[in-house]
Amino acid sequence: MPIINDLKEIITPYVDDKTALENITEDTDFLTDLKINSANLVDIVLDIEEKFGITIDDASMNKMLTVKATIAVIEEKQAENAG
Amino acid sequence: MNAQQILDKLPYSKPFLFVDELLHIDENGAKGTYTYAKELDFYKGHFKDFPVTPGVILTETMAQIGLVCLGIYLLGDHNLQAKATVALTSSTIDFLKPVFPNEKVTVTSEKVYFRFNKLSCNVKMENEAGEIVCKGNIAGMITEKSHEQ
Repeated sequence: MPIINDLKEIITPYVDDKTALENITEDTDFLTDLKINSANLVDIVLDIEEKFGITIDDASMNKMLTVKATIAVIEEKQAENAG
Repeated sequence: MNAQQILDKLPYSKPFLFVDELLHIDENGAKGTYTYAKELDFYKGHFKDFPVTPGVILTETMAQIGLVCLGIYLLGDHNLQAKATVALTSSTIDFLKPVFPNEKVTVTSEKVYFRFNKLSCNVKMENEAGEIVCKGNIAGMITEKSHEQ
């Protein structure tokens, strides 16, 4: 299953605009497009850690503002785990 | 950092300071007390002729003792010039019993997590009889505000 589908499931509870959620793409920005606040973004990152079995550091967290950047961080951390 | 240093760093003053004593603090939680003096202004209107401490004030008291004091402690001694504060981001509280004027309450918090500057705590407030008057979860984002701002 593509990571984006898992991601969509994780962010669903934090998004009011269900149309924006349905139209999610790699370019979707969590703050401006989905109106997620920074506090909820922390919870999303914690949910991502649990779902993918990875640990996300502060520097990576700061990058995770779009779907594309978030998927890149997840893949990077998974690769580190595998290695 | 000791309790007095934490109290000195709190960004509140009367009439919106709801911490009297900080009894205990460590990296996992905080415990403190506050007594609601009967002269507090909100009792004049909540309610007319029947003063009861508003739920928002109970929530604020739990946030100041349980979340903000703990947040200041967790930020630690680094950057002593900065005043740490917490922007409340969510609260889910159940109110079980009323708190009347002159009651002393004890707030206890337990850290759920402190990640990426977000602090989430389970909190409870007890009255002098040891009964839980309210409890729930409060979270906030910790920011450091310099004196110059």
